[in-house]
Amino acid sequence: MTIKFTKDHEWIRVSGDEATVGITDHAQNALGDVVFVEVPEGGKALEQGAAAAVVESVKAASEVYAPASGTVTEGNQAIVEDPSLVNSDPVGEGWFFKMRLANPSELDALMDKAAYDAYLETL
Amino acid sequence: MRYLPLTEADRREMLAVIGAPSVDALFKDVPAAAVLPGPIAGLPNHMGELEVDRLLSRLAAKNMPAGSVPSFLGAGAYRHHVPASVDQLMTRGEFLTSYTPYQPEVTQGTLQYLFEFQTQVALITGMEVANASMYDGATSTAEAVLMANRVTKRTKAILSGGLHPHYREVTDTHCAVMGMDIAMQAPDPHGTEDLTGLIDEQTACVVVQTPSVFGHPRDFSELAAACHAKGALLIVAVTEVVSLGLLTPPGAMGADIVVAEGQSIGNSLNFGGPYVGLFATREKYVRQMPGRLCGQTVDADGKRGFVLTLSTREQHIRREKATSNICTNSGLCALAFTIHMSLLGEQGFRKLARINHANAVKLAGKLGDVKGVEVLNDGFFNEFTVKLSAPAARVVDKLAREKILAGVPVSRFYPKDPAMEPLLLVAVTETNTEADMDALARALGEVH
Amino acid sequence: MAMNNQGRPTTPNVGGDTAAGATFTGNKALQQEEPLIFELDNPGTWGVDLAEPCTDTLKLGPVKPRGAIGLPSLSEPQVVRHFTRLSQKNFGIDSTMYPLGSCTMKHNPRLNEKMARLPGFADIHPMQPFSTVQGALELIDELAKWLKTLTGMPAVAMSPGAGAHGEFCGMMAIKAALEARGEGHRKRVLVPESAHGTNPATAAFCGFTVDPIPAEENGRVSVEAVTSKLGPDVAAIMLTNPNTCGLFEPQIKAIADAVHAAGGYFYCDGANYNAIVGRVRPADLGVDAMHINLHKTFSTPHGGGGPGSGPVVLSEALAPFAPIPFVVHDGEHFRLIEHDADHNATHSSFGRMKAFHGQMGMFVRALAYMLSHGADGLRQVSNDAVLNANYVMASLKDVMSASFEGPCMHEALFDDRFLKGTGVTPLDFAKAMIDEGFHPMTMYFPLVVHGALLIEPTETESKQTLDQFIATLRYLAERAKSGDVAFFQGAPRLTPRRRLDETAAARKPVLRWIPPAPPQAVAAE
Repeated sequence: MTIKFTKDHEWIRVSGDEATVGITDHAQNALGDVVFVEVPEGGKALEQGAAAAVVESVKAASEVYAPASGTVTEGNQAIVEDPSLVNSDPVGEGWFFKMRLANPSELDALMDKAAYDAYLETL
Repeated sequence: MRYLPLTEADRREMLAVIGAPSVDALFKDVPAAAVLPGPIAGLPNHMGELEVDRLLSRLAAKNMPAGSVPSFLGAGAYRHHVPASVDQLMTRGEFLTSYTPYQPEVTQGTLQYLFEFQTQVALITGMEVANASMYDGATSTAEAVLMANRVTKRTKAILSGGLHPHYREVTDTHCAVMGMDIAMQAPDPHGTEDLTGLIDEQTACVVVQTPSVFGHPRDFSELAAACHAKGALLIVAVTEVVSLGLLTPPGAMGADIVVAEGQSIGNSLNFGGPYVGLFATREKYVRQMPGRLCGQTVDADGKRGFVLTLSTREQHIRREKATSNICTNSGLCALAFTIHMSLLGEQGFRKLARINHANAVKLAGKLGDVKGVEVLNDGFFNEFTVKLSAPAARVVDKLAREKILAGVPVSRFYPKDPAMEPLLLVAVTETNTEADMDALARALGEVH
Repeated sequence: MAMNNQGRPTTPNVGGDTAAGATFTGNKALQQEEPLIFELDNPGTWGVDLAEPCTDTLKLGPVKPRGAIGLPSLSEPQVVRHFTRLSQKNFGIDSTMYPLGSCTMKHNPRLNEKMARLPGFADIHPMQPFSTVQGALELIDELAKWLKTLTGMPAVAMSPGAGAHGEFCGMMAIKAALEARGEGHRKRVLVPESAHGTNPATAAFCGFTVDPIPAEENGRVSVEAVTSKLGPDVAAIMLTNPNTCGLFEPQIKAIADAVHAAGGYFYCDGANYNAIVGRVRPADLGVDAMHINLHKTFSTPHGGGGPGSGPVVLSEALAPFAPIPFVVHDGEHFRLIEHDADHNATHSSFGRMKAFHGQMGMFVRALAYMLSHGADGLRQVSNDAVLNANYVMASLKDVMSASFEGPCMHEALFDDRFLKGTGVTPLDFAKAMIDEGFHPMTMYFPLVVHGALLIEPTETESKQTLDQFIATLRYLAERAKSGDVAFFQGAPRLTPRRRLDETAAARKPVLRWIPPAPPQAVAAE
């Protein structure tokens, strides 16, 4: 199981041909208390880089972009009910959606953990 | 100058602290060609309070205040009695000279009245939630159509012929540019329009008004069902909020969004503005709602308090992705509304509505007896349409010379439609006496 | 000597009461706890005496009368006390310096209020025959003349409801002008990153795409940054001047010329016009359209957030597309053009902004203010506004971090570098100002600097007040640097409410009062 990161602070964890997507601890920290999320419904087709979900804190609203192309299999209703999960467990229970990847090789260009940590240092 | 506290000595001292030789030096970034050497030509110099008062009072005296003569104008703006305490309270400096409550610790006064306003608006419209107000009823209507577009992701909006013509124009101006397809229906002076057949799978919303601009109260329950069957929203506009003290509210008819002009409660005629737009909807749509919202919360000591909330919908955060570009609400007018509504209370608001209707029943009876005058409405609240045997605009001008403001000629809204030429909108409120009504009936009788 | 020991003590009882904050009622003298109006319901009372309806006959057509609404009942004294107590929980310009950058919280003269309430202005209906409202139409025409003369622009659209609405009006006029030229394909609008959030929102609202222009190191927009973005698809630039950093854009004329040469229009956000009114005419800077916030530059009240008024001055190129209605004078009388066909064949308005004719009540107030100041006074207004801001800047720049080299215009921009390492945020700093009796400055705007603190004193603050303000900020800055984080994080302590939980408010929105459930319903749960 590999986890990759984007410059827009999404993470994507791949298991077989299914992947789970969320926002990073850095992102949740920068947003502050998350108060509202909108997740995509199953069946939605996404291009890499397309706006896939919405996350709002008291002071900011952002789009969550698809780290790779594919089809959504499930949106996380738990964070819709309780957005604080995105703050308390961003890379675990606070995931946004699962998707079936159309082209797993797209992930090669994303950062691994070490590269993402190095990238955060530059911000 | 009385509004400027700096003395010449202050200015010199301050320039010394800044280290600038003159105030002109502070404007050094202004391109030389745009620097004006002295006061702008063609305008007078400063005046004392007495002189300004004299000048403006002279201008005011050239107008005929509606309250100085028998007046029957409505069509979206109504002359009601506003209790003296409304103005006394709203001009308290802490309300008048405060701003948008960005610092909730020192603006609980504004926030609490906005919360009370939102509750009052939700109650009278029969809806679940309301925002902290918009510019006016017309811009509220336009915003409602844009909201329907966001909710349904559809682009067609059907605008009733009973909707106030200015609301139709404002909605067209604000929505067509967003790529919406505005289906404008013909004016409906008889209140017989049926829009159910026009709703299809592309329809985002149907916009209707009750009482219509021609005065007809309409029951939209069936229309609401027809909208919902096709996945469209029903938007109901109300231009005379006092009617909500008597008539079944749009919320009870199945409306998804109710927009209204709140001027009648707490606000003077003001030649058309500032007024206060009301906006109410269902709880499930709250995140698609435009405008400011005040919400309840607790402070660090656990005490109840209020804050602006869900502000991520607004343009200072979302910028080009904002739900609307409206920045200010109509705070002071909303305050006037809240105070007046509080003074009226349950009993007063309902009674005020009954008085308005009773006066309209009486006036319709009197005008119906005048030769050459036909009342078009079977039902009405405090306004109805009469058909005259002469062009209404000409009659209105003639009666104005006799110091009677007879009503609003429909031709002022629809100048090119001969069918509208004889039609006159006549409104009556609690401010009209029986003598006013008799004067109008007599004068209209003399026209023919 | 006979000593009289009776009567009241005349010195305070030092050190007596240690629990001064706690009272039986929860009230703190002038600060009264006040329930919601709904919780004060006193059935059987009313605050307005009304006559009986003259008939019980109902002629409502197909609509049934409604049932109970749920409004509370109160007598007039109860209502008066309720709203008086609410007012006492607010800061206003009347009570304290309110240096909210970009919002221009200047004194609101009461003459304006008095004039707006003359029955000849307040009690006229918008649809009265023109013959009965000649004075009102003349007033609109006179205010239009002042705005045109002050800005040097040939036309003005009076009806927009507020600043953001004025932006919409200006951009719609630009869109209409482009379409009339057959260049409706121009869809790109350049907007500097420092712009008010309303600018990109408005451009998007009008169907344009927004192309951001980065700010230079010195807080200004450079002509090179603009020209590199110009092209045949550019519709306009939206530029605030003076900009949101409180700086006059020195290259503004060159930017305007470049945009015009490329076939675009120059929309100027006039939110900061108060810094230059009477000194610089926007027409001389190449502006095609600019809204004027009457509640900023011309002192109409902010009223807890509106009503505003946002007339838009227009260049020759845009004037034919101005919205209806507008006032004309036919040599003898004033009248309103409410339909294009009433005017002439060349006018082709893009539409209508509002019902009726604009914010008349605000027009009266603004004109009362302009007449009071006159051309000479308005120039002094700009001078003093700019002088006050520069004085604040000069007096604080050694203890706080000024973002850019001055001189500034009407507002002084600082950022949070001076708080670095202290653990105190700009928000904490602002909250501590509240306990000292000042309304905070604008925070976290503009976005181009980190932790912005934007101070706009306005011309109506005295040097005495400014000196106290400066001394207070110096004290707070030193205290922050001394490491007293808890002091700042706990502030404010003396307000009717302390910091409020905005997260809870947004996660589970409670947007209206709901009556408490009756006892049996509680039992059923």
